[in-house]
Amino acid sequence: MTTTKSKVVYSPVFTDGAEFRIPTFKLLKQDGTLYKGGKKPDLDKDKALRIYKAMVMTRVLDERMLAAQRQGRLSFYMQCTGEEAAVIGSAAALDDADMIMAQYREQGALAYRGFTIDEFMNQLFGNELDYGKGRQMPVHYGSSKLNYMTISSPLATQIPQATGYAYGQKLAGDGHCTITYFGEGAASEGDFHAALNMAAVHRVPVIFLCRNNGYAISTPATEQFAADGVAPRAYGYKMDVIRVDGNDILAVHEATKAARKLAVEENRPVLVETMTYRLAAHSSSDDPSGYRSKDEEAVWREKDPILRMQRWLMKHKWWSEDEEKQLQESLRKEVLETMKRAQKRPPPPLESLVTDVYDEVPPSLNRQFEKLKAHIRKYPDAYPKSAGAVSETKKGGA
Amino acid sequence: MAKMNMLQAINDALDIAMAANDRVLCFGEDVGVFGGVFRATSHLQQKYGKDRCFNTPLVEQGIIGFANGLAAQGATPVAEIQFADYIFPAFDQIVNESAKYRYRSGNLFNVGGLTIRAPYGGGIAGGLYHSQSPEAYFAHTPGLKIVVPRNPHQAKGLLLASIHDPNPTLFFEPKRLYRASVGEVPEGEYELPLSEAEIVKEGTDITVLGWGAQMEVIEQAVEQAEKEGISCEVIDLRTILPWDVETVAQSVLKTGRLVVTHEAPLTGGFAGEIAATIQERCFLYLESPIARVTGMDTPFPLVLEKEHLPNHLKVYEAIRESVDF
Repeated sequence: MTTTKSKVVYSPVFTDGAEFRIPTFKLLKQDGTLYKGGKKPDLDKDKALRIYKAMVMTRVLDERMLAAQRQGRLSFYMQCTGEEAAVIGSAAALDDADMIMAQYREQGALAYRGFTIDEFMNQLFGNELDYGKGRQMPVHYGSSKLNYMTISSPLATQIPQATGYAYGQKLAGDGHCTITYFGEGAASEGDFHAALNMAAVHRVPVIFLCRNNGYAISTPATEQFAADGVAPRAYGYKMDVIRVDGNDILAVHEATKAARKLAVEENRPVLVETMTYRLAAHSSSDDPSGYRSKDEEAVWREKDPILRMQRWLMKHKWWSEDEEKQLQESLRKEVLETMKRAQKRPPPPLESLVTDVYDEVPPSLNRQFEKLKAHIRKYPDAYPKSAGAVSETKKGGA
Repeated sequence: MAKMNMLQAINDALDIAMAANDRVLCFGEDVGVFGGVFRATSHLQQKYGKDRCFNTPLVEQGIIGFANGLAAQGATPVAEIQFADYIFPAFDQIVNESAKYRYRSGNLFNVGGLTIRAPYGGGIAGGLYHSQSPEAYFAHTPGLKIVVPRNPHQAKGLLLASIHDPNPTLFFEPKRLYRASVGEVPEGEYELPLSEAEIVKEGTDITVLGWGAQMEVIEQAVEQAEKEGISCEVIDLRTILPWDVETVAQSVLKTGRLVVTHEAPLTGGFAGEIAATIQERCFLYLESPIARVTGMDTPFPLVLEKEHLPNHLKVYEAIRESVDF
């Protein structure tokens, strides 16, 4: 059974999709004023400040932690810099009980939900208070209480999972949806296409939020796809799509709010393409000078999403220079103090090597663990992190 | 008790699981109104509705990605991959996602509700891509459970246990036996334990170990060996991961000999893992080298599949050689 309703022609007619030009939604100019004729943003002072503070917290955390990585205090780091509006503006358009399934550069969404600097630090240093028990590289955060799925390094695997998660929400009938974040590079993975198609076929309340930040590590978007961005793919799946200025907090928030309404009220999945720029390197292991110019970066630095929102807030008299100064200072202080504390906390216990592989440790793995403990007892100097826990005098452990 | 073939037993298990818990869902390619290409999900859509039993688009990585998300959300998905040969597009979702969900999140999240069903194995003139036994690829992945039933009674009890187990489970069904294997199956709900091998027949001279469709082959080989006075202890491993080392080791400590057989190729096959573990546990008790009777190190053939497969004659020969060593 074919489902096409297209008209019939009697000589070969090709189309190149050029008629599908997707507009970009903008509300806020860089000077903090609104575009003429723009929809009045539906954002009250409390929410606007919650968003803004999360953006600033993300920026400060990123700056300090990259510096900490450069000082050798941290093995690895990834910054959200330049993309704070795309991430936080969209997260703020959701209900806090909606599920977030992110890629890895969306710490801003977690900051918005209320993850504390202490919680960030415990993960970054993989200490005994890290929810992930020191098993994953830095920035692989997760929080069940904040409905933020633990990050997984393989790209795009979270996208079909978001479709499945949202299908479960739909059947549960709890009125919630799932948002999944990914870059324009990850959108080339097969999982992206599988996820969008399945969501459209099964009418799933999921929002696919693409952070088109221009680069997949060093590969520019122009070498990632020939099409006009990621957005046109939605047509192929018969899915609602919107493209939005990703550095425009008001537009991102409005667009995602409307997308959530479609998803939750009508079970229509939505693709949101936010046009933004990764101002920082891909990660602390990357050096962008090898593939892009300082001039290009400068153009985008002028479009800083945080500064844009700050100007808007100040025009409303919702924010002042003094408050800005205070916030910056208190965040810097908190980050430094918290970092020192987190760094001093002990590592996760040795038994966390073998727990959570299954719900219970299987006998064969227990045997391997006993063997390891005996080995560590024999060579305690070689294993300073765990030697104390397995010494003959100390009972217990695993 | 009712007489059923393996497909009916699997269908019965799915029906019972779906009736007991409305969060159990069955989906995959052609699984909906058609009931799957082998009819394992027959009538489930009619009975439980399109929301709970449905067709998916033809995309294995999507099916398992979707199933992972559903399981993380708290549902109990039973995803079907039409043939085990086609599971590889989903390899990343299974190996990097399903298997590691609990561990990498420090137990904040898990996909323990997930069961993946897939028909496996040869002997049906299926050639390269409708015959493979991919269990060893997945056995290299901590976090997964891998279960293979040998008959209808086992299939129902092990599938119900897999669905209820709080870990992601791959359930490989020997499709050659789908209709060929018929037996008494208890009515209603029952479970058979995972990670417990079963001593199908006690014996004293040699241990013969397998799983799934290979158990039928072992039965024929052992019948022949016993006629010659060789007392065989037959073990169905049932769960490949995590496997029951203790039952196998205890048996080999008693018999001093072990033959392991599977359809998958020799090199890197799971028999190698069993042989290594058992020689470590039973070294001084072994009377002969542990023998592996397996498919050859080739892609799965078509016209010459009988030559390729580890049939009862090859298993019998291995028993004979081991005893005569």
